[in-house]
Amino acid sequence: MTTTVTHRETASPTSPGPVRRSLLSVPSRSDSVFKLVSFTAGMTTVGIMLAVGLFLSLRASDALRVSGFSFLVQQQWSPETHVFGIAAVLFGTVTIAIIAMCVAVPLALGTSLLISEVTRGPVRSILVSLVDLMAAVPSVVYGLWGLFFLQANVIPISSWISTYFAWIPIFAVTGGSGEHLTEASAYTSSAFIAGIVVGLMVVPTQTSVMREAFSQAPVGEREGALALGSTRWGMIRTVVIPFGRGGIIGGTMLGLGRALGETIAVYMIISPIFTINWQVLKTGTNSVSALIALRYGEASDFGLSALMAAGLVLFVITLIVNFTASSIVARSRSGAETG
Amino acid sequence: MTTVLDPPTLSDTDVATDNDTSLIGSSITHLPSPGETPVGPRRSLRKATLDDKFNIVGALVASVALTSLLFGWFTPLIGGVGYVVVAFVLFVGFYIILVALRADRQEVKDRVMTALMVSAGVILFGALIFVVGYTLIRGKDALPHLNFFTQTMELAGPLDPLSIGGILHAIVGSLIQITIALSITIPLGITTAVFLNEIGGRFARFVRTIADAMTALPSIVAGLFVYAAIIQLITHQRSGFAAAMAITVMMLPIVIRAADVVLRLVPGNLREASYALGSTRWSTVWNVVLPTARSGLVTAVILGTARGIGETSPVLLTSGITSVMNFNPFSGPMISLPLQVFDFVKSPEPNMIARGFGTAAVLLLLVVALFTVARIIGGRGPGQLSDSQRRRLAAASLEDLARMSRTTPNRDATDVDHAANPEETSR
Repeated sequence: MTTTVTHRETASPTSPGPVRRSLLSVPSRSDSVFKLVSFTAGMTTVGIMLAVGLFLSLRASDALRVSGFSFLVQQQWSPETHVFGIAAVLFGTVTIAIIAMCVAVPLALGTSLLISEVTRGPVRSILVSLVDLMAAVPSVVYGLWGLFFLQANVIPISSWISTYFAWIPIFAVTGGSGEHLTEASAYTSSAFIAGIVVGLMVVPTQTSVMREAFSQAPVGEREGALALGSTRWGMIRTVVIPFGRGGIIGGTMLGLGRALGETIAVYMIISPIFTINWQVLKTGTNSVSALIALRYGEASDFGLSALMAAGLVLFVITLIVNFTASSIVARSRSGAETG
Repeated sequence: MTTVLDPPTLSDTDVATDNDTSLIGSSITHLPSPGETPVGPRRSLRKATLDDKFNIVGALVASVALTSLLFGWFTPLIGGVGYVVVAFVLFVGFYIILVALRADRQEVKDRVMTALMVSAGVILFGALIFVVGYTLIRGKDALPHLNFFTQTMELAGPLDPLSIGGILHAIVGSLIQITIALSITIPLGITTAVFLNEIGGRFARFVRTIADAMTALPSIVAGLFVYAAIIQLITHQRSGFAAAMAITVMMLPIVIRAADVVLRLVPGNLREASYALGSTRWSTVWNVVLPTARSGLVTAVILGTARGIGETSPVLLTSGITSVMNFNPFSGPMISLPLQVFDFVKSPEPNMIARGFGTAAVLLLLVVALFTVARIIGGRGPGQLSDSQRRRLAAASLEDLARMSRTTPNRDATDVDHAANPEETSR
């Protein structure tokens, strides 16, 4: 006590009155170094990404300049003769991705509702861990399973569908002269089989996004629905699903982005062709990533540039899909509350 | 109050008695007397009733029986997967009929949708167990041979028995590549995540957008980029280093995003407390934020590792295929486990395919082990402690209490008095 009093007494005559103190703080040396280092890390990340983008665009421009618009409509792929385009491979990629979505979305929707609404306690956390584990299983393992197990077991189903639903054009399996094919070899390595395997691979991604959205549905609204006499499904239909709609759409599209870029499982299963094949159950399809894996080794400089162009198109598509997905998730009610 | 007064049938006396009781003593509770009605046993709310159990079991038995008839006798249907599909469709049909016998439409819908959700889960987890189990079972031909883990494929041809040759070179290759990738990814990824969370600003938002965009990069395109930019322009040969670069490009966004989420969960009041004590930004990050989020960050890194070690397509373009041991990541091809799987199963020889499944089983076990470690370390959020940590903390604070309340003989009376009952002094 006494010390402060004496201090004040000695200080007051010398001070020239109230001086406004500057509020600007000078960062300490450790802080400036920290700021610089973390800024550099951010810059490096951006740099790597921009390098990938720029390099791809620069190298792809050679091929794109030669082919021009025909790059998008030409089905053949022979860069040596300057006749090449991604119409067939892009068609195959989209086909496989759509089949994958048909398999994955119902499974992901059901599983995420099961985890967030039906189970509770330890069972729920075990299921969540299993879904995450499923996402970590390497794609080459799914490819092995698809190639050695699923293929043989799906052929009877493909054959059955094509026999009874051949009046829907995409399910028909016909030979050169339009006759119906029945032998098993006509059904191997099809877009259908590749689509099922890719679908299983993207379910975990979709499930975790959807579950996240569903689990945030407000308790008050849930209880309101139940108190009005709704059954559990009625509550899910009127509260949980409308609340998590952004999560459903966003999760589906994130999975779609992964399905479009999947390489090794598709490459192991399909038999590559370079024509548009509408018959999804029939052998032979292709995808952009499988094309790159198939042709990169034998490619000349120009051929590599053409592959770069194909890769660039794939990248742009997945980029659009992903950004649309994340903006839908962010704008939805469930996404807005997580901030 | 208004709800009480609204219905006209409620007489004034009711309200008055209500008020009276509340005036007399609010502690009196009126228990409704059951009167003549007998009180039955307490109903369990969680367990399924006998009816529900019968519906499920009955529908299952009926569908399996009918499917067996269809597949064996009535129609020329074949195939295991087809059997399951038909049985499932029939199960749903029978279940609807059985539930509809006793319940109204809303309840039927509820039951059927629950059954569909459960079956989606069963299909998905069944597929997971099946994929893993199939790989392990097919891999059991190769796995018991010890030489599978101690030899390389240098001297083993495609026709050689499984007792010759192994995948040691692929295991070593995988370890070297993932080590290089991690030594770049961990510092860069976590520092970037710290930048996103602790520095912030417009540029940080831009970096976050770019990192999100990077997750969209198809793995084969990352491989193609490294092939064209590093192998063709600089090194002119495939190498383990190029493969590690490709893995880095794939892993970096995963680690950044996961670490970003973990750091965002660090409670703001911990940071504020640290700033209020006068610490600098750096010491707050180093002493408060990072230790709090440690388990989550370790999980982020391990999950990134599990992804990176299983990547096949970028490695396919960059590392090259070899059957000899190569310890030098900068020269010569260096194969890794997933690529070795891919290379083995391209061969038509049964022994090579058995080796492929064995390698896949090793890779799968490695991933599952990494994943389990990640779950054990990081199964809880930042700030939450494990039992042993909590016990250690409790022991430490008990020790503090004992130290503070210890009475020393040479102190004067007031000090002893204060120290003897610390609760009183704290009040």
